[in-house]
Amino acid sequence: MASSGRPSQLFRNKTAKIAAIPMILTALVVFVGGTIWTIVYSFTKSGLLPKLKWYGLKQYDRLWSTTKWMVSIENLAIYGICMLILVFIIGFVLACLIDQKVRFENTFRSIILYPYALSFVVTGLVWQWILNPEFGLQNIVRDMGWESFAFDPLYNADIAIYGVLIAGLWQGSGLVMVLMLAGLRGIDQEVWKASRVDGIPAWKTYLLIVIPMMRPVFITTLVLVATGIVKLYDLIVAQTGGGPGIATEVPAKYVYDAMFQANNLGQGFAASTMMLVTVAIVVIPWAILEFGGSKKHG
Amino acid sequence: MANSAALTGPRGPKPQKSFSRRNIFLYGTLTIIAIYYAIPLYVMVVTSLKGMPEIRLGNIFSPPMEITFAPWVKAWGEACTGLTCEGLSSGFWNSVRITIPSVIVSIAIASVNGYALANWRFKGANAFFTILIFGAFIPYQVMLYPIVILLRELGIYGTLTGLVIVHSIFGMPILTLLFRNYFASLPEELFKAARVDGAGFWGIYFRVMVPMSLPIFTVAVILQVTGIWNDFLFGVVYTGPETYPMTVQLNNIVNSTQGVKEYNVNMAATILTGLVPLTIYFVSGKLFVRGIAAGAVKG
Repeated sequence: MASSGRPSQLFRNKTAKIAAIPMILTALVVFVGGTIWTIVYSFTKSGLLPKLKWYGLKQYDRLWSTTKWMVSIENLAIYGICMLILVFIIGFVLACLIDQKVRFENTFRSIILYPYALSFVVTGLVWQWILNPEFGLQNIVRDMGWESFAFDPLYNADIAIYGVLIAGLWQGSGLVMVLMLAGLRGIDQEVWKASRVDGIPAWKTYLLIVIPMMRPVFITTLVLVATGIVKLYDLIVAQTGGGPGIATEVPAKYVYDAMFQANNLGQGFAASTMMLVTVAIVVIPWAILEFGGSKKHG
Repeated sequence: MANSAALTGPRGPKPQKSFSRRNIFLYGTLTIIAIYYAIPLYVMVVTSLKGMPEIRLGNIFSPPMEITFAPWVKAWGEACTGLTCEGLSSGFWNSVRITIPSVIVSIAIASVNGYALANWRFKGANAFFTILIFGAFIPYQVMLYPIVILLRELGIYGTLTGLVIVHSIFGMPILTLLFRNYFASLPEELFKAARVDGAGFWGIYFRVMVPMSLPIFTVAVILQVTGIWNDFLFGVVYTGPETYPMTVQLNNIVNSTQGVKEYNVNMAATILTGLVPLTIYFVSGKLFVRGIAAGAVKG
C-alpha cells in the first residue's frame, strides 16, 4: 500500500475485521451474490440444472401465462389485503382492551400471544382439523340443529383461501397486539389527561391523536407483517397443500414446486425474482422514509 | 378554560367499582377472545386423548370419555410418513441436533459481529451491516438455489451441518442487530477503561461484554430456539428423509395420503412438535416478548 508512513488502513482494527468476516461473507456472497445469481439465471433456459443459456424474457412470459401462477398471485393479494386490514384492526383493538389497566393482564396477553410461538405447520394442521367438515365446526353446528349449515372453507375452492386466513390471523394477531401495546405504552399519559380535560371521547382520542402518534410503530409493524405475508408457505403446505385443486397456491409454493419438484429451475428463478420485486415495492419506500434524507443510520 | 375548576379535586384516576358495566363488558370481551385463542390448543389436547371410535361419534370440543395415551405412543414411535413407520422420534432428535449447534453458532458469530460493529467501527462496516439488514427482507426463495449450489460444492448438501450453516446465515441479520444495539447501549467508559488496561478485542469481548450481556444472550437463545425449531422451508429444502427436522416429519405424517386418517395420532404428533416452543414461551414469559420487540425495532 502506498500510504505515507502511517500504518496501512487495511490493517487497522485487524481483529475486528477478521471477526466480521462471517457477516461480510453472508452479506456479499449469500445476500447480494445469491440474489444477483437468481436474477441472472431467471433469464436462462435452466431446467434440471442451472445453465447459462440465454432465454430472454421467455421464462417471465411463461410465468405470466401460467394459470397456477395467476391463481397464486390472486391468492396472495386476497390473503395479504385481508390479513393486513384484519390483523391491524384485531391487534390494535386487543391492545386497547388490554391497555385499560385490566387485572390478569399477563394471563390475557400470554393466551393471545401463544399461537405466535407455534410453527405454521402446527397452526395449519390444527385449523385443518377444526375446519374439517366431517368432524369440526360444521359438524358441531349441524348437530345443534342447523342441518343445512355449511362452513367447509378447506373443501370449497371459492373460499379456501379464507380458511387459511383464519389460521394466519389466529397465529399472527398476537404479535401485532404486543407491538401495538408497546406503542400505546409509549404514549405520554399527559395526552390522555389533556383530551379528558377537553372532554374528547376516548374513541376519538384513539382515532385522531393516539393513532397518528403511533405512526412509527404502525410502519414497522406494517413492514414486518407485509414481508411475512410474501413468505407465506409453510401454512399453505400444512393446511391445504395448495388445494383443493390449485385453489390455495401461493407464489412461495410455486417457486418451491418449480425448483424442486418440476425440475423447472428457470421458472422458479423467474417467480422468485417477481417475489423480490414485490418486497422491494414495500421495503424501498419505507427505507427511504425511515433512513433517507437524514444520514443518522449507524 | 371555564370548567377546569371542576378538576381541582383529588388526583389520580377515579376509583372504580369492580362490577361497573364497563368492567363487565371489558372482562367479558377479553374472556371470550381468550377462549377463542385457547380453543385450538384445547382441541389438540382433547383429540389426542380420544380413541378413533369416540372421534367418529362425538364432536371435537367434547372432552374425552375415556382417556387414552395410545395416540401419543403411536405418534412418537410408530406413525407412518408414507415410506417408513418410525413416528416422530427421529424427527425430534434431528431437530435437537439441528437446533443446538445452530443456536450456538449463530449467536456466537452474531454477538462478535455486533460487538465489532458497536465498539470497533472500521471503514465499510456500516455498509456491510446495511446490506445485512436489507438482506433480512429478501424472500428466502430468491436465495434458496444459490445456497443449494454452495452447499453442494462444499459437499454438505442434505446433511445436518449444511442446515446448521443455513440457519446461522439467516439468523445473522436480526441477531447482529440485536447485539449491536445492546452493546452500543452499554456505557462507553467501560470499553475505554478496558482498553487503557491493555485488553484487546477478544479480552474485552470475553471478560467485559459477555458477562454484562446475559439478558440479551437469553433473548437471543429464545428467539433462535423457537425460530429454528419451527422452521419448515429450510428443513424441507436442505435435508433429506434421514435428516428431516420434526416439522417436516410432522407434515409428512399428517398429510400422507396412505391409509386411514388417524386424527388422534395426528393431533398428538402436532402437540409433540409444538411442545418445545410452547414450553419456552410459557417459561420465558416477558423475555419472549422482548425478543419479538427486538425483532421489530430496526435501526
